[in-house]
Amino acid sequence: MGRYVARRLLQMIPVFLGSTMLVFAMMYALPGDPVRALAGEQTVDPAQIAAMKHKLGLDLPLWHQYWNYLTGLFHWDFGTEIASGRPVADTIADAFPITIRLALFAFLFTVIVGISMGVFAGLKADTLRDRGLLILTLLLISVPSFVLGFLGQYLFAFQLGWVDPNVSAEANWSELFLPAVVLGSLSLAYVARLTRTSVAENLRADYMRTAVAKGLPRRRVVGVHLMRNSMIPVVTFLGTDLGALLGGAVVTEGIFNVQGVGRAVFGALQHREGATVVGIVTLIVIVYLVTSLLVDLLYAVLDPRIRYA
Amino acid sequence: MTIIDKTADVPAPRGSNDESGPLLEVRDLHVEFHTRDGVAKAVNGVNYNVSAGETLAVLGESGSGKSVTAQAIMGILDMPPGRIPKGEILFRGQDMLKMSNEERRQIRGQKIAMIFQDALSSLNPVLSVGYQLGEMFRVHKGMSKKDAKAKAIALMDRVRIPAAKERINDYPHQFSGGMRQRIMIAMALALEPDLIIADEPTTALDVTVQAQVMDLLAELQRDFNMGLILITHDLGVVADVADKIAVMYAGRIVETAPVHEIYKRPAHPYTKGLLESIPRLDQKGQELYAIKGLPPNLLHVPSGCAFNPRCTMAQDICRTDIPALLPVTERDGTELVGRGSACHFWKETIHG
Ligand SMILES: Nc1ncnc2c1ncn2[C@@H]1O[C@H](COP(=O)(O)OP(=O)(O)O)[C@@H](O)[C@H]1O
Ligand code: SF4
Ligand SMILES: [Mg+2]
Repeated sequence: MGRYVARRLLQMIPVFLGSTMLVFAMMYALPGDPVRALAGEQTVDPAQIAAMKHKLGLDLPLWHQYWNYLTGLFHWDFGTEIASGRPVADTIADAFPITIRLALFAFLFTVIVGISMGVFAGLKADTLRDRGLLILTLLLISVPSFVLGFLGQYLFAFQLGWVDPNVSAEANWSELFLPAVVLGSLSLAYVARLTRTSVAENLRADYMRTAVAKGLPRRRVVGVHLMRNSMIPVVTFLGTDLGALLGGAVVTEGIFNVQGVGRAVFGALQHREGATVVGIVTLIVIVYLVTSLLVDLLYAVLDPRIRYA
Repeated sequence: MTIIDKTADVPAPRGSNDESGPLLEVRDLHVEFHTRDGVAKAVNGVNYNVSAGETLAVLGESGSGKSVTAQAIMGILDMPPGRIPKGEILFRGQDMLKMSNEERRQIRGQKIAMIFQDALSSLNPVLSVGYQLGEMFRVHKGMSKKDAKAKAIALMDRVRIPAAKERINDYPHQFSGGMRQRIMIAMALALEPDLIIADEPTTALDVTVQAQVMDLLAELQRDFNMGLILITHDLGVVADVADKIAVMYAGRIVETAPVHEIYKRPAHPYTKGLLESIPRLDQKGQELYAIKGLPPNLLHVPSGCAFNPRCTMAQDICRTDIPALLPVTERDGTELVGRGSACHFWKETIHG
């Protein structure tokens, strides 16, 4: 197990390097120039721009710029924004917690509601309530989340006035409720379906018959014997899903005007603030890698038949 | 017409027994499954009984309703599609089919326990064997985790699993087939039930291990003076273990007899066929006899005697009249205690 974790951590290094390099190169290749953009409409002396670029290290070849960026990272230096002169770390520190909060909220919603719905339907497969769930999840899967977002906003904010259409800078939990539900709805549908299928399948397993034959009360047969087995595929899905929710948060943030990384990345792309984009993407990649490792480990805890070598 | 539904008291049950009346009595049990294709009549009027310390072997080809009968006794039938339209299952004189769910649950595991055929799939793959054994004590006896674990280790020792203490936290897949079946046996034995139903406990095992597991089961049954219903399709394994035999065909008991008599003188053509299909050492090399034809389709059980399409002795009456399970007697009419046959021509079969 220890060796496995060590190997997985080592494997993260090339993934980390690859993804940062890719984003770095993409920013480099984009048309537009952050330094010239500073000047706006004014004509500026090309020599002055060149001097400025030289000062910022932007005249170096790509590989050298990347190297400088990486060495900076090792000193927890994410670079500086060109226009504002503000450390990228500050921008990240402002935006990231909000997005994490939104993604976690959506995740919790997905887990609690999705699993409950799946168990509820799976225990009585092919009944009315099972069919109902099937239709509901089909709806959630086929309607794009931004449509759902605008619909929710229209209904609950503009028509019913229950919530504010925009999330304030504090982004407290109650404000994030609607965005989280919208963000989590697609995952919710998948989790509900996966749970439903898994529960219905395990319900027919031989060990369930044994559990009943042992004279265990029903809540124990279902709560321990059925659930421990049914949750294995669901947990695997949820692990990859947490990363996807972080990414999906970017779209949802746009609709509800949440001041998270979505807005930060969008702004940085417009102003060609390469360091900001690379920094945020890197962090998302790391979160993704770490959660998927945690899930793989959790998987081994849930299913003793899995061996890590 | 006397229909036999009692084969009690013969032969004398093993071990001491001061209970009066059988432990378990199944009376005219019917089970049907309502499926898309129609109603499958899996059990059609089964009668049998078991006393404390007694072993009843239930025999028959696969699909004859042995497991379904056992599941009905345990109360673990899939309902729906299963249904019990008729019958009684008396445990110590009380009809379990009339009990509440909670009353039945109290009997399961504590009074009547079951051993399944495939221990690998019948044990929960993600819970340690110690947990699954200890659960019996924790749930039924309210024991602490620690006490339950100690009990579980003792149980594993009792069924002779080597290094029980070290292996208590292992998972089912880490044991061999024979050891897994011992764990199943230990689990059934945990609360020292009055009756154990073993549904083909050795079928899934290697031939070399089969005898060991069977011996263990027989030994424990003697030591605890339990009733045992041993379901099998292998006449070979029952001779040493069982006291009496009930042969099932198409959801009915077609013959009952004390174990040794049935080998000597079967009173039903189906039993005869089964006996002739046992491989025998003295007939090595000869082609094995097999009963012709297939087991009946339970959606359309043949009219009259369900065995008639496959029976070499079948006459017209076999295709119209269902033979009742009647007492079997000697040629001169002396009663053969505990024997019965559901064949119009039982006399010809046993004496002819
Ligand atoms: N859950 C079920 N649904 C539908 N039919 C069933 C079910 N369980 C058993 N049966 C039917 O009952 C018949 C008897 O099965 P079973 O008692 O398992 O036979 P065996 O004598 O081999 O143990 C089988 O032919 C099967 O088709
Ligand atoms: S009743 Fe007829 S068909 Fe049935 S076993 Fe006897 S002889 Fe054969
Ligand atoms: Mg069976």
